[in-house]
Amino acid sequence: MKPQFVSKKIKSISFAVLSPKVVKDMSAAKVVTPELYDREGYPVDGGLMDTRLGVIDPGLVCKTDGLKLKDTLGHFGYIELARPVVHIKFIRQILDLLKSSCRSCGKLLIPEENTAKYRNLLNKMGEEEGFESRRRQIKIIVDKYKKKDKCPHCGGKQEKIKLDKPYNFYENDTRLSPIEVRARLEKIPDEELGLFGFALGFRPEWMVLTILGIPPVTMRPSITLESGERSEDDLTHKLGDIVRINQRLFENINAGAPEVIIEDLWDLLQYHVTTFFDNEVPQLPPARHRGGQVLKTLVNRISSKEGRIRHNLAGKRTDFSARTVISPDPLIALNEVGVPQAMAMSLTVPERINEWNIEYLRKYVERGSKVYPGANYIIKPDGRRKTVTEETKEEILEELAPGYVVERHLIDGDVALFNRQPSLHRMSMMCHHVKVLPGRTFRLNPAVCNPYNADFDGDEMNLHIPQTEEARAEAQVLMLVETQMISPRYGLSVVGCIHDGITGNYLLTKELVLTRLEAVDLLYACGVDDLSRLPNKDKIDGKEVFSVLLPEDFNFSGKDKSGNDVKITNGKLKTGLMDKANLGQESGLMLRNIYERYGAAYAAEFLGKVSKLGINVLSRRGFSIGIGDMDLTNETEDEIKSVLERAELEAEKIIEHFNQGKLEPLPGRSLQETMELRILEALNRARNKSGDLAMRQKFDSAALVMAKSGARGNALNIAQMAAVVGQQALRGRRIDHGYSGRTLPYFKVGDVSPKARGFVRNNFKSGLTPYEFFFGAMTGRDALMDTALRTPKSGYLYRRLSNAMQDLKVDYNGMVRDASNRVVQFAYGEDGLDVSRTKNGQVDVHRIIEQVIGGKE
Amino acid sequence: MTSPAKHILVPSHVKLSDKEKETFLQSQNLTIKELPKILVNDPALIGSGAKEGDIIRIERASATAGKTFYYRVVING
Repeated sequence: MKPQFVSKKIKSISFAVLSPKVVKDMSAAKVVTPELYDREGYPVDGGLMDTRLGVIDPGLVCKTDGLKLKDTLGHFGYIELARPVVHIKFIRQILDLLKSSCRSCGKLLIPEENTAKYRNLLNKMGEEEGFESRRRQIKIIVDKYKKKDKCPHCGGKQEKIKLDKPYNFYENDTRLSPIEVRARLEKIPDEELGLFGFALGFRPEWMVLTILGIPPVTMRPSITLESGERSEDDLTHKLGDIVRINQRLFENINAGAPEVIIEDLWDLLQYHVTTFFDNEVPQLPPARHRGGQVLKTLVNRISSKEGRIRHNLAGKRTDFSARTVISPDPLIALNEVGVPQAMAMSLTVPERINEWNIEYLRKYVERGSKVYPGANYIIKPDGRRKTVTEETKEEILEELAPGYVVERHLIDGDVALFNRQPSLHRMSMMCHHVKVLPGRTFRLNPAVCNPYNADFDGDEMNLHIPQTEEARAEAQVLMLVETQMISPRYGLSVVGCIHDGITGNYLLTKELVLTRLEAVDLLYACGVDDLSRLPNKDKIDGKEVFSVLLPEDFNFSGKDKSGNDVKITNGKLKTGLMDKANLGQESGLMLRNIYERYGAAYAAEFLGKVSKLGINVLSRRGFSIGIGDMDLTNETEDEIKSVLERAELEAEKIIEHFNQGKLEPLPGRSLQETMELRILEALNRARNKSGDLAMRQKFDSAALVMAKSGARGNALNIAQMAAVVGQQALRGRRIDHGYSGRTLPYFKVGDVSPKARGFVRNNFKSGLTPYEFFFGAMTGRDALMDTALRTPKSGYLYRRLSNAMQDLKVDYNGMVRDASNRVVQFAYGEDGLDVSRTKNGQVDVHRIIEQVIGGKE
Repeated sequence: MTSPAKHILVPSHVKLSDKEKETFLQSQNLTIKELPKILVNDPALIGSGAKEGDIIRIERASATAGKTFYYRVVING
């Protein structure tokens, strides 16, 4: 049967309390027996699985609407409670009403003359400031009169009412039974309820239950275990308890049992009804299964992370998605994603048959679901779905005609959305083209690691396959990797060459001279087939090789990482080196210019070629790092040694001065602080100097090339390996933790010399002394703790921020507005700039002028 | 008592005249309802004589734009 759709617009929803009469009216059956099934396994009439409440067994028909399993929505039933019980969720309201109404006349304890005044006040507040503040005001008014001990209307004396949690009311020291509570609530006149914010037509006594509605069978289905045994839903269990106790209570009352027994049963009934609503009431032991497992009742179903709202409504699971470990593949394009073949065979794309593609799609069906690339399902024009199997294949092939839809396997070039959590910015989910590869992992170009913040130490990512033409088009236009290259945060490229890509191009443009043969081979390996722009000579400079990749009419002038000029005229790299400043991610100025002039697709392709060029240069030239990279000449080593010795001497002198009281304090500092600062300064100076010495004498070691090109590492890393590790610091100070007066038992008490306070004078190559190693471990652990503690904190901060701003948008004239169209900012970011159209937040006026006047001065 | 509005850290709050208000709303294609609000008893408005429905122009220093204007409509709390 096709689903029947009713098209109606919801105007309003109101939440209210059901009256006993309404509960009865909407019920299909009254439940009177705790039995569920008779001996044949058929639901008992008047039981909790009564067929009037809906059916969950195949073959049975709902007696109320005559529909079968899955068609019937189910119907509510009711239990008539032998004695009333309070509803646990309305305890607060009941208490408020009891406390602020008269025990004899039922009127509110507010003097006659004031009620009208308050009513006006509340109505005004409700209109002006909304429901919430009205509620707050009610609380204030009620609190004011709650403690009156004489009724202003009838003069009756008021007693103190207390709530013994969770649900027992006491007046002075006598307990009020739910019957008495109900009687009190009944006395409150209708007109006075408005003051409490209750809607017209509501009666407070409904908050004490005399009739309990029973949810339909369909919302508490039982499961049949493999053994054929039936396992009932938690709600059914709970309702069974209620019905059982209720029947016993009835019998005892009718038999005239002693009051104590009735009281006990009544209490038990109250407990069961309470836990039926909420099984996590603080003062009550939760109701359990026989095995000791806690029952999941109504509130548990809705609330918290595993509840209906956060689990099923806010967080839905989706079909046509996949997740696995990621690994790098520099040979696939920037906007491709490698998908394991096994995955490609269960992810499908629906394609509608027409007279032009029927032969093509038939082939997929012919291959079936087990042979790649095949098809898993077909959908008939009437909407029915058929699985493609060896048996059904022939039949399906025969009926296949235009209008049918074939769900074929994923093939190269299909559109997919690729995502890594936490999805903190829009580049966390981008559109890629599928490339089906062997293996079991997703493959991605290492250049897109940065926007996803991914690495390959076991990270997993998700893939989604859009199923409609609209979705695919939207994904490709709005989310394709190259359209996301420029970050809206700072206007620079978030993708760029990394590691070997940078090193290779740096070496190529810096020093390499190739033979024509080598150059052609190299360029061919990077996917360049038009070699007409390669100069026709035997020895070709690296810069000329690189220039082949540049567009012919490209002009650029900028700086490289070390501040030297880079000039490109008419697609020829004239001067300068290619390094991180022009190729790298989050800088990539030349890349940025190419993007601007030649568009996203060109820039992505260019980036791919440049990356490949770098990698291929390295694999041909050879590039490796060894411990020998850290070797220094004897002279340099001596020089560094003397620099350090001098620094230590200087520190000693400062300490001596301090001890003799000759030290001049710096402005705003104590003597102690002055000494610390001066020592720190002296030692840092020495460290920097030795680092410079080490850097100066080493050239062209692999480590240095990487640091210079910006591919990996920096001067400090090299200095620490070759020259001196330097001062270890905790909280911006030299290390002064540990024992009283000293950092380690190895040192004398009161020793403030450099080495006793965490100055590491060795380098990583020569090796550290035990105490130096320990100081290093201290700062290392501190840094680790810091990141471990900071990550969740800043994550939560970000979550709050992004949730608060999620529906702000920039409207047509550049104003930022919220969801109700109110202005938040009169110009986006106050300057109205789209950061992704700027260079690092600045508008490049020069370039615009150049563009307009065509490069003339 | 000196008005806190004159304090150096309080950005200048200026009441728009009826004509300015009209042109502002016209040029920005805004209605009073869409504007951010400011309470009539806000300390920054002391001495400005602003009343409900007036528009206050606030001139602020901005990290991105140097100087920006912000507009708020006076409401009665």
